Amino acid sequence: MGELLASLMRGLGTGGVYAMLGVSFVIIYRATGVVNFATPALMILGAFFTGYFGVSIGLPFIVSVILAMIVLAAIGLASERIALRPMVGRPAFSAATVTVGLFIVFLVLAGRLLGSELLVVNDPFGLNTLDVLGARIFTVDIARLIVGLVAIGLVGLFLTRSRTGLAMRATAFDQETSLAQGINVGRMFGLSWGIAAAMAALAGAMLVAGSSGVETTFALVALKALPVIILGGLDSIKGSVVAGIIIGIAESLTRTYQPQFAPWLGANFDVIVPYLIMIIVLMVRPYGLYGTKEVVRV
Amino acid sequence: MLAVENLEVVYEDVILVLKGVSLQVPEGSIVALLGPNGAGKTTVLRAITGLLDVHRGKISKGRVSLDGVDINGKSAPEIVAAGIGQVMEGRRIFREFTVDENLRAGGHTATRAQIAEGLERAYAMFPLLAERRKATAGYLSGGEQQMLAIGRALMSQPKYLLLDEPSLGVAPKIIQQLRDLIVQINESGTSVLLVEQNANMALSIATHGYVLETGRIVMDKPAAQLREDDDVKEFYLGLRGDERGSLRDVKQYRRRKRWLS
Repeated sequence: MGELLASLMRGLGTGGVYAMLGVSFVIIYRATGVVNFATPALMILGAFFTGYFGVSIGLPFIVSVILAMIVLAAIGLASERIALRPMVGRPAFSAATVTVGLFIVFLVLAGRLLGSELLVVNDPFGLNTLDVLGARIFTVDIARLIVGLVAIGLVGLFLTRSRTGLAMRATAFDQETSLAQGINVGRMFGLSWGIAAAMAALAGAMLVAGSSGVETTFALVALKALPVIILGGLDSIKGSVVAGIIIGIAESLTRTYQPQFAPWLGANFDVIVPYLIMIIVLMVRPYGLYGTKEVVRV
Repeated sequence: MLAVENLEVVYEDVILVLKGVSLQVPEGSIVALLGPNGAGKTTVLRAITGLLDVHRGKISKGRVSLDGVDINGKSAPEIVAAGIGQVMEGRRIFREFTVDENLRAGGHTATRAQIAEGLERAYAMFPLLAERRKATAGYLSGGEQQMLAIGRALMSQPKYLLLDEPSLGVAPKIIQQLRDLIVQINESGTSVLLVEQNANMALSIATHGYVLETGRIVMDKPAAQLREDDDVKEFYLGLRGDERGSLRDVKQYRRRKRWLS
């Protein structure tokens, strides 16, 4: 019982981070129609800056996270302006390829910035645990889940309720028509990159929190957001939350129980579980749980 | 007054689509721009509304001015803010949005109060849309979508409304409604530039008409005169003498000769 609860909570925690990463993808996808493969590198840069402000300068964790989010928002805005804006009006595939280039640039940048050290953030959680019904639950997992839900909730409200959010969604559906409505499409693209990069930074900070230090290749963890957005639907924030948590829990439960019940699958089987889920979803329901099916009048 | 002077537009740096087009939309008028497929009608609208660069076109000569102020070179959002609204060809509503969201998107440049007022006006004008406020716009009928597109364009409270082929793909009965609607919009103080292939409908409400063929204005007359013009009757209204003619009998060389005079 305790084992199950602990495993579930760990899943919810990582699920919260996956959800944030998924939302980071979704925001850019909704506004620009581009899957942003630079997200993992933005995440690790965000974690780096959190560590920089927290450890090197010595600011409190919350302050350093917020500063890192601001820095990353600026980086997101700048990379959209410099690298993506010239791709406006070109096929989304070309733009997605540009983001792969950005991924490499930012990953190398993060590697240089970090040097030979391990990346740590001065989070207050560490390896602290709470005892709940006999289960050892890491406080960092609770924090991840709460921070994820709150941040995503705010972004969701912004997109559905505000005028700018509506304009961002309109831009996603039809750029030319949006221009004709007086929407500054370029600004919407920039904004979506800014928000998405800040979200990735927050996810990075929360992911590195509670660990004893990671290398920049840790960025690849963020690729688990791909199964998340496929399962949740590429353009659905709600989908990202639900799918993030499903994937997080599936992974965590596999890590806990697979060595016990199916040892013949080999070690580290949990690493591929998200991708297995992704493949199944793509076969059965390619637009995901909550993705928009194309609206066609018959 | 919305004026286009000696406009030349080039696509992809090589395709000269407009070869010196001039036209004027005086305040309070309905002006019809007629012409066959590929004449450059939509290009004229794109040049006015700043949407050329999306299609890799640019204005190589001439100017577009709104009340005497140059607006060529301005971005599309600036032009909408300056008071020019447009309904693009093929309606182009946001299919995945609800009716309400579509209208709100149209009011992007308006203030909060103007949006509320605009929504009220749009729903009063189109009771059908009011009933289906929360419905997904993509499932509306063609006529309803056209109404929605017009309502959306009116949300920014434009002084000039450009309509690109509103009668395209719409039932004949609805075309009558659209016609009345355009008159109504005009009467409430919006000048209209109506681009149409349905010359009959356009000339019945326009005050002035232009005929555009292969990038040149070949005729520029008050609508009443255009309606009586033999060539327009033959080529655009499908009438020959007093009887209905067939396009099969229209000789290409005759058409070409006519405009040269």
